[in-house]
This record gives sequence, structure tokens and C-alpha cells, in this order.
Amino acid sequence: MGEHRVIIVGAGPAGVRAAQAVVRAGLRPIVIDEASRAGGQIYRRPPENFKRDHEALYGTEAARARAIHEDFAALLPHIDYRPETLVWNVAEGHVWAAHEGETQAIPYNALIVCSGASDRVAPIKGWQAAGCYSLGGAQIALKAQGCAIGHRVIFLGSGPLLYLAAAQYVKAGAEVAAVLDTSPFWLRVKAAPKLAAMPELLWQGVKLLRDLKRAGVPVLTGVTPVEIEGDPQNGVSGVTVRHKGAVRHFAGDAVAMGWHVKPEAQIADLARATFAFDPATRQWLPQTDADGRAGNALYLGGDGARVLGARSAEVTGELAAMAALADLGLTVDADRRRWLLAEKANYATFAKGLAQAFPWPHELVAAIPDDAIVCRCEAVTAAALRASVSTAHAQEANRAKAFSRVGMGRCQGRYCGHASAEIIAAARAVSLEKTGRLRGQAPVKPIPVSLKRNDI
Amino acid sequence: MSQIHQSDVAIIGGGLMGCSAAFFLRQRGLSVTVLETDKVGRQASGTNFGNVRRQGRPIFQLPLANRAIRIWRDSPQLLGSDVEYLQSGHIRVCFRERPENIGKMEEYAALAREEGLDLELLSANALREKFPWLGPDVLAGSYSASDGHANPRLAAPAFARAAARLGASIVEDTKIVHAEKVGEDFRLTASDGRQFAAPILLITAGAWAGKIAGWFGEDIPLTPRAPTMSVTEPVPYAIAPAVGVMTPEEVETVYFRQVARGNIVLGGSTRAQSYPDDYRSYVLPQNTMTQFEHLRRLAPALANLQVIRVWSGIEGYTDDALPIMGPSAKVSGLFHAFGFSGSGFQIGPGVGETMAELIATGATDIPLEHYSVTRFAK
Repeated sequence: MGEHRVIIVGAGPAGVRAAQAVVRAGLRPIVIDEASRAGGQIYRRPPENFKRDHEALYGTEAARARAIHEDFAALLPHIDYRPETLVWNVAEGHVWAAHEGETQAIPYNALIVCSGASDRVAPIKGWQAAGCYSLGGAQIALKAQGCAIGHRVIFLGSGPLLYLAAAQYVKAGAEVAAVLDTSPFWLRVKAAPKLAAMPELLWQGVKLLRDLKRAGVPVLTGVTPVEIEGDPQNGVSGVTVRHKGAVRHFAGDAVAMGWHVKPEAQIADLARATFAFDPATRQWLPQTDADGRAGNALYLGGDGARVLGARSAEVTGELAAMAALADLGLTVDADRRRWLLAEKANYATFAKGLAQAFPWPHELVAAIPDDAIVCRCEAVTAAALRASVSTAHAQEANRAKAFSRVGMGRCQGRYCGHASAEIIAAARAVSLEKTGRLRGQAPVKPIPVSLKRNDI
Repeated sequence: MSQIHQSDVAIIGGGLMGCSAAFFLRQRGLSVTVLETDKVGRQASGTNFGNVRRQGRPIFQLPLANRAIRIWRDSPQLLGSDVEYLQSGHIRVCFRERPENIGKMEEYAALAREEGLDLELLSANALREKFPWLGPDVLAGSYSASDGHANPRLAAPAFARAAARLGASIVEDTKIVHAEKVGEDFRLTASDGRQFAAPILLITAGAWAGKIAGWFGEDIPLTPRAPTMSVTEPVPYAIAPAVGVMTPEEVETVYFRQVARGNIVLGGSTRAQSYPDDYRSYVLPQNTMTQFEHLRRLAPALANLQVIRVWSGIEGYTDDALPIMGPSAKVSGLFHAFGFSGSGFQIGPGVGETMAELIATGATDIPLEHYSVTRFAK
């Protein structure tokens, strides 16, 4: 038994359920998590001494949040838990984990990556102004630190998180100036049959919208963002959109923006997962079988594989762990597996509905004005990116990066990669798939030159 | 049967050597076709450190390096685009435990001066006064004010575009799978069946060149290796020269430079294997760690910086670390320029100009005898 070295990366809903399955099989997995406390992003916990309870923090998801936190606490004696630890590379059957300035190479027989998702952000003219946050960032401020990103916050984007985060702000007593959704309402109607695969979640969405309207928050659908206004001294001052032929302006000192989320697939990439283009969501995704096998002893669970939501993450995290256990020669419960696969299928249908109802606004992105900044880290404008295609003849994403510096900064294309691919595709008049995918490189997140090995 | 694409010179390999050779061949009026498996400058030419460094090269290579430095200086006008060449100096240092290097530096500086390269030798104190970020273990240094660095991601593509403007055919995404001499012409076949013909063939295919030379009966052993590269987040621009260590130990050979944007590019220490057949190379994390370790010794202040990306590439090394440059020993009309062994970037444009001169006129003043392919014929 001691020969089976299982590493789980991430302690969100997928990682916790994966760890539970591995412990149930009699193994002691290593659970590595970047956060100081388990829960992941959606069930992120405030520091120990904060007082807001689960109901206030997680609303309708309080019971699930509590279950995840309590179940993980019960696992602690049976796992090797390594919080505040960054997996910065994977190579030759070893995970490279960094903690407090030191790093070590940890060997594995099975690597279960439950790395979650991050915001999918579309660039809007003016979004480099101070006070512009991603929806996830706005939520983290609230959940982990109990503070809002501004006094009067404008929510801009699309997807369930847009409404959820806005409603959480309202509930926490923050002023929400407006919720501005780029997707038209009729798409939601069209997607209703798929969304009905998860009636409870659909109903939650309806309630969020109702709560926002009751609080007097203007909710506009089918908007076209024009500009985020602001200046370098004072940051954001407002947002201008076009809506039903009219120009509307909303004053505010902060913007939370996002268009759903996308897998954090950097670790999977370094562990040499295969990626394929997904036309429905217009992005490259790591490939797995139905259980989460990605090959080379790599298993993917949760939103880090496919964005199916937090509830589904509990299912796919467990499935990925069961696949790993089966491949290690351990017996797994076939009935349980079948049930989990059926659950996953329902969430997948629902996720398709969400993608249809709240699409990534690729046409808006492709048409972004020349003077808008695409890559905030490197301050690359749409004009500079387009010139790398038209003048320097970049034909794909990596080349455009080399020539224009788009995606070459601190975030390594996490926030501009999808948008820049759309702009390159439009500039070349080719399909998005033909612009390729930014090659993944370590480190997964920045590491200091002072980092020292402590295992040799 | 599709039409055969004919030109005066065919070049296999669209790296810095091939693209600059194409540019200078067009200047001399020859028609040129560059055949590149992937995109121009994507392999070793685009992934290297970017040192435009003459000091430390073999003395007999300095005429070639001097020719190259003139091209680097003129590159904005010559190419019509900025390849971020900065003539901001190069400092080569040695550590305390290798005092014998001071004598070697002095000897080298005397010989280099005869070749037109002025080097200033600096003692530990003078060195730290000038470059206060050097670590306490640094014993001495040799400073070259007229060396510098450039952006490898931009250089070869800029030569390719300039060559294309002069009328060269730059054919990307075209892997040559067979080449032979048929009568007066070399006949090249791409993986999709397209054919190219030319009476002159120049091989500038880096780590892949040995295989191509093999088609003509020339057995040239090349070892594909992968450099360990890293880059930090941008910080205010403060370090002008490129910096490197003089040492016989590969693991100690770290080097760094700061680009105008502010990022510090790190290279050196242990290299890894690379896989030319798969077009793949990987940075091994353990090599990144030894690189950091030796860098901290060279410039302790850099320890506080965050590295945001690592990368590697595929470089072709010869056993004696010298390139193969010149005509084939076996087939007339066949020329080689490859095997630059991780040290080709600075001399690249000079290699292109020299090969163009050699091909167009049959001769060059640049001494090439050290690079002859005949040294492998045993």
C-alpha cells in the first residue's frame, strides 16, 4: 500500500472529494493547496478570526460549504496536507511544490489535479483603470476579507457568477450601481430546456435576478460595452454601454467583470495532458476520458478539467480519484461510479445550457477598438496586437506573443489569452482554432529567484 | 506532377543563419528559397539568451564576430525593424576560487585587442564600484563596452521579412524529407510532395542539420541540447550590460541581462536533453533550481525577483563546440552553416553575410578553416 503515492492538487470541492475517495481506499494522499484553508474559490474561507457565518458567506450554498469544510477537517488525520503550497512545475513523475521559500520534488504514481477555474475576462476599453476587478476577485474580497471592491460597484459581463456576485454584494450591504450583461435575454429562453437539467440551480438563478431587482439594482441584458471611464489618479469613475440603441452611463468607483470562468489548466499542461479545441466555448481544453483520465498517471477533476460548477466538481473530483485508484489496481465501487457518471452527465447538459445562455462575447472582443488595451500586464493595445499579424505576419498565438508581448507578463496570458486569440483570428480572418494555443511553461505562478531546494 | 520551384540557392532551415544568408544573397542578386519546417526563428534562434557578445569567443572567431557586430549596429536601417539591439556592454566575471582566470582574462584581452576588440580588466573593487549588484564572491571581470544584447524572438523573423522584401521566397511549415543532387541541381522534396530545386544548397538547419548532411554522405555528429532559460517580472531598468561567468564548470555558467522593458532574462547552468524528432525540449525544474542557486552567487540582489516563465529550445552541439561552416567535402554546390553549439546568436548575421559572400563569389576573407567539415572525416 505504501508504494502508492497519490498527490492531489487543490482542496476545493473536487480536491476534497478526491481526497475522501483515496482515504476511503486506505491510502494516505498528499493534498497540496495554495490557500491557507481548504474550500477552494467558491467555498473560500475567511481567516480563522473572522466572524461571518456560513449562511452569510455562502448563501444558498451554505450547507454544501459546511459539508466540504467539515469533511475535510475529518480527513486531516488521514492525509498529508500541505496548505500555502504552490505546485509550480511537474516533470518526470514529480510534482515541484514550493512553500515558504523552499521547494521539493515529490514523486507520484497518480496525480489528481483539481486546480479549479479562474475568470474568463474580455478586455473592455479602459479596463486597466484601478478599481477594475474580475468577478472572482470581487468575490474573494468579500469572502476572504469581508470588504467590497468599491463604494458603488458596477457588475459587467455575463454568466451566473455575474448575478451571484452582484447579489452577494447587495446582501453584504454594498451599493451595486448596475448589472450589465452582454448576452441578450432571449438566449436564456432558448437555453431553458438544457438549464432544466438542474431545476434547482435554474430556480436559484431566477431568485438571484429577483433579489437584485427587488433591491432596485438596474439589470440590463444584451448590452454592448463602450468604455470603462476613469483616470490614473482616481481609477474607475463609471461605465458606458449601448443598450437597445441608446447610450447608457453608470457612475461607480469599481467594476467587477467576467464572462464565466475557465479551467486553470497550467498544471495539466505541464503534466503533458493533450489539449483539444472546444468550438462550443471557443477555448482549448485538456482532454480526459469520462472518468477524468488524462494519461501519464494524470487525472483531472472539477472545474480545472471542464467548467461544470462547484456541485459537479464534487462528482468529478471523486470520479477522477476512483479512476486513479482503479489504475493503481485497487477495487472501486462500480455502482457508485455509474451513479457519479450519470450525475456528471446532468451537470454537463446544464453547463451546455449556461454556455448557450451566457456566451463568451467573441464578436465584441474581435471588434475591440485599436486604442483599447488587451494585455494589462504588458500594456499591449489591440492596435499593437493587430500589427503583429498584419505587419510582422504572426500567424498564431505564440508568434503574436513573441512579436507584441501580449500574454508575456506576470499572468502569462491567463487573463488576455482568450481575447488575444480572438483578435488574432479576426485580424487573419481565420478560425479561432487556427490561431493555436499559447504553449504552457512553468512556473504555474511566479516563483522567487531565492527559491531553494530542501530535498537534496 | 506539380511544378518544381526553382531558384539559384535553396536554404534548408529558417533560423537566424538561414534568414540572414537569404537576405545577403538577395542583396547580391541571387534568387533564394528558404525552407522552414515550422516558423522562421522558432527554434534555437528564437529561444536563446540573446547575447550579442564577442568576448570569450575563440580569437580566430573574432573577425566573424566583428563582421556580425557591424550588421547588428546597422540592423534598424538594414532590416527596417527594431530587433532591440542594445550595445550596452558585456561583463565576464570569475569567482574567488578560480584566481587563475585573471591571467586567462589578461591573455585573452591582449589577443582580442589585436583583433579590434577592446576589453577593460577590472579588479574586485573597481568592478563592484561600477556594478554594485555583483556578489562578494566575484573576484575580477573583463568588460567589453562594445558588446550587448538583442531580442532573439525578433531577430530571425526580421531578417526573413527583410529578405522577403528583397524578393526571397520564405516558405514556412514546409518540412524537407528528402534531398539529392540530380545532375546540376539539388532536388528537395517536402513532406506534402512539393518539390524545390537549386544548383546551390545551404544547410542551416541547426540540430536537424546532421540528418540532412547525412543524405549527402557526410557523417557529422550533433548532440541536441536544451538550454535552461528563465525571465523575471519587469523591474526598473538598472543593469546595462549582459553578465556572464567564466568557469570550466557548466553548472556555474549562469548569465543574465536586463531588457529595456525591465525584465531580467536568465540563462545557463545545466542544459537538458532535447528531442529534435518531436520538436520538443523541456526545462527540467532541477536545472532551474541550480540556475537560481548560481545566479544568487553572481548577483545576490536578484534573489528578490520573481521568475514568471521558463523556456528552452533545441540547439545542435558539435563535439568541439565549434560550428561547421563552409563547403561540403563531398558534394559540389553544397554548403553548411550549423552546429553553433549554443553560441550562434551574436555571429548569426555575420554567418549569413559570409555564407552569401562565399556562395556568390567563391571566396571570403573571413577565416573558415577551423569550421571545416573535414575535421569530422576520420
